[in-house]
Amino acid sequence: MANFAETGPGKPVTESIRVDKISPRARLMHNLRALAVLGLAIVSLIPIFVMTVTAFKTRADVVSVPPKVAFQPTLEGFVYLLTERAVMSQARLAEAQQNAENLTLFERIALKTGQDITGPSDYVNRLRNSLIIAGLSTVASVVLGLFAAYAFSRFTVRGKDDLLFFILSTRMLPAVVVTIPLFLMYRQLSLHDTHLGMILLYTVFNLSFSVWLLKGFIDEIPREYEEAALVDGYTRLQAFFKIVLPQAVTGIAATTVFCLIFAWNEYAFALMLTSEKARTAPPSIATMLGRGGIEWSAIAAGSLGFLIPVVIITFVLRNYLLRGVTFGAIRQ
Amino acid sequence: MTSMSASPSSSRQRHLSDRAILNLFIWPTLFLLIAMNIFPLFYSLYLSFTDYSAIAGKIPVWIGVENFRNILNDEQLWQYFSTTGRYALLSVGLQTVLGFGMAMLVREKFRGSGLLTTLILVPMMLSPVVVGLFWKLMYTPTFGYFNYLLGFDNPGLGPDFLASSWARKPVPGLALWAVVLVDVWMWTPFVMLLVLSGLKAIPDYLYEAAVIDRASSWFQFWRITLPQVAPLLLIAILFRTIEAIKSFDLVMGMTGGGPGVQTELIAVNLYRQAFLGQFRTGPASALAYIILVIIIAISNLYIRYLNQIRGEG
Repeated sequence: MANFAETGPGKPVTESIRVDKISPRARLMHNLRALAVLGLAIVSLIPIFVMTVTAFKTRADVVSVPPKVAFQPTLEGFVYLLTERAVMSQARLAEAQQNAENLTLFERIALKTGQDITGPSDYVNRLRNSLIIAGLSTVASVVLGLFAAYAFSRFTVRGKDDLLFFILSTRMLPAVVVTIPLFLMYRQLSLHDTHLGMILLYTVFNLSFSVWLLKGFIDEIPREYEEAALVDGYTRLQAFFKIVLPQAVTGIAATTVFCLIFAWNEYAFALMLTSEKARTAPPSIATMLGRGGIEWSAIAAGSLGFLIPVVIITFVLRNYLLRGVTFGAIRQ
Repeated sequence: MTSMSASPSSSRQRHLSDRAILNLFIWPTLFLLIAMNIFPLFYSLYLSFTDYSAIAGKIPVWIGVENFRNILNDEQLWQYFSTTGRYALLSVGLQTVLGFGMAMLVREKFRGSGLLTTLILVPMMLSPVVVGLFWKLMYTPTFGYFNYLLGFDNPGLGPDFLASSWARKPVPGLALWAVVLVDVWMWTPFVMLLVLSGLKAIPDYLYEAAVIDRASSWFQFWRITLPQVAPLLLIAILFRTIEAIKSFDLVMGMTGGGPGVQTELIAVNLYRQAFLGQFRTGPASALAYIILVIIIAISNLYIRYLNQIRGEG
C-alpha cells in the first residue's frame, strides 16, 4: 500500500492469526467481548423482565416504594385485564367464601379482593378484534403480495422499478397523514369502526412489505424449474402453483409472520379509525384506567400478551429478521 | 422475457396468456394501493387548500394557500418541527454509534453469541405503544424501577424523567431525552443487525492484505471496515430517520406530548389537530403535506440506496 511505502516498515507482526497460537491477550479480549455482550443483553432485557414481573404483582405490590423485588406472585393483573368486577356485599362475600371450592380460578382471585366477577371486560372483545383483523389482513396481503411478487420477479413489466418504488413508498407514509383523508372516506362508505375497514387498511399497509419481501424470495428460486415445467406442457398457472409455491414456502411463512406482527402491533390507524366495535388491543391497553388511576398490573398483564408471541417469533425468524426489516433487500 | 419465449405457444392459446396472468397478478395489488393510498393523498391535497372541519357538517371552503401560510408563520409549529428534528438527530445519532459498537462486539462468534444476539433483537419487534407504556411505568419516580436501579431511592431528590424535573426543580428537555433513550433501547439492535451483515460481507483477504502491510487496527477500521459497511449503515440511518420523523406511537404511550409541549413531536401534534378538539381537517391536511414532502425526500434517498444494494446482491 502507498501508505506503507512512504512510512517504511512498521512494527513487526506479533499476533498470529493461526488458530492454534492464540495469544493469551487475544483470548482475554475474546472473553471480555463475550462478557460485554452478555452485559448488554442483560441490560436491554431489564425492562422486559420488569414488565413480566409486574404482570404477576398485586395492585399494592406494583405501587410499593421502593419497588418490590421479592413478592407473592398472583394473577390479579390478568383478572383485572379480562373481567368486569363489582364489590361484593357482606352477605355475598360470606356466601362466596363458603363455597370457594366451586369457584373458577379467576373468581377466587377476585374474591381475595372482595370482588365479584360480573362479566368479561371490553378488552376480551378487543383481543378478539385484534386476532380477526390481524389474521385476515395477513392472509389477504400475503396472497395478493405473492401474486404481485411473482409477476414482478418473472415477467417484464413496463416501468417495473418505478412501480416497485411506488409500492414501497406507500409504506413510508406516516399513518396520521394517510388517515386524515381515509377517515373521511371511511365515514362516507360506512367503513369507520368496522372490521372490514380495518382488514382492508391493514392489508394495504402490509401489502408493500409483502410484495418486496416475497419478490426477494421468489427471485432466489431458479427460473429453470418453471421453464422445464412449461416445456413439459404445464400452463403458467400450473407451474406457479405446483413448482414455485412449494419452493417459496419458507419465504411465505416468514412474510406471514412479519405481517402478523405488524398488524398485531399496529396502534395509530386503530386509534384514529376505530372507536368501539372494531377497536383492537393496542389502543385500548393505553386507556386501561382503574378506580385508583392507571391499573398498572392490568397494563403489564396485557403487555405480556403482546410480548410472548413477539419473543417466540423473534426466535423463529432470527435468520430472516434482517430480510424482514429491510424489505427483503438485504439477504445474509 | 426468457420465460415467455420458453412457454409453448399452444398452451398460451388454450390458457391464459402470460400478459393476462401478469395483469391478473399485479392489478389487485396496484388497485388497492391506489384506492387506499394514492386517492386519499390527492383528496387530502385538495383539503389542504380548504377551510374544513370533519365534524362541523359544512362543506369544504376553498381558501387557497392560506393554510400553508398560517403553518409557516406559526412559531408553535416551528417549535414542534425543531423538537422532532432534535429527537431524530439524538436518537438516530446514538443508535448509529451504539449499533455500530455492538455489531463490532458480536462480530466474532463466541459460545452463546447467537442466542444473545437474538435476545438483544427482541425489543425492536415489540409494539411501540406498549413499549411506551411499560417504560412509563419504569420511569415513575416513586415505584418505578429506573430510578431505583440508578440508585435514587428518595423520589423527592431523584429525577422525574417524564415530568422533566430533577429533585422537584424543572429540567427542560429531560422528558425528550427519556423518550430518546427508549427509542435507542428499541432500535439500536436494528442498526446493529444491518451493520453486522455488512461486516460479515467484508472479504477476509482485505484484512489479510492489511496485516501483511502491517497496517494498524485504526487504519484497518477507517480504510476497510467503515467504507465497506457504509452503504448498509447509511440505509440504517435513513430508515431510522424516516421512522423518527414519523414517530407517534412511542410518544403517545409515554408522554402524550407532555410535560407541556416538551415531547410534542410533529406527528403527535398533527393527530391532535386532525382528530381531537375541533377536528381542524383543512389545516391538518396542509401540515400533513409538509411532513409528507420531507419524508418523501428522505425516502427517495433510502429507496435509491436500497435498489443499489439490491442490484449488487
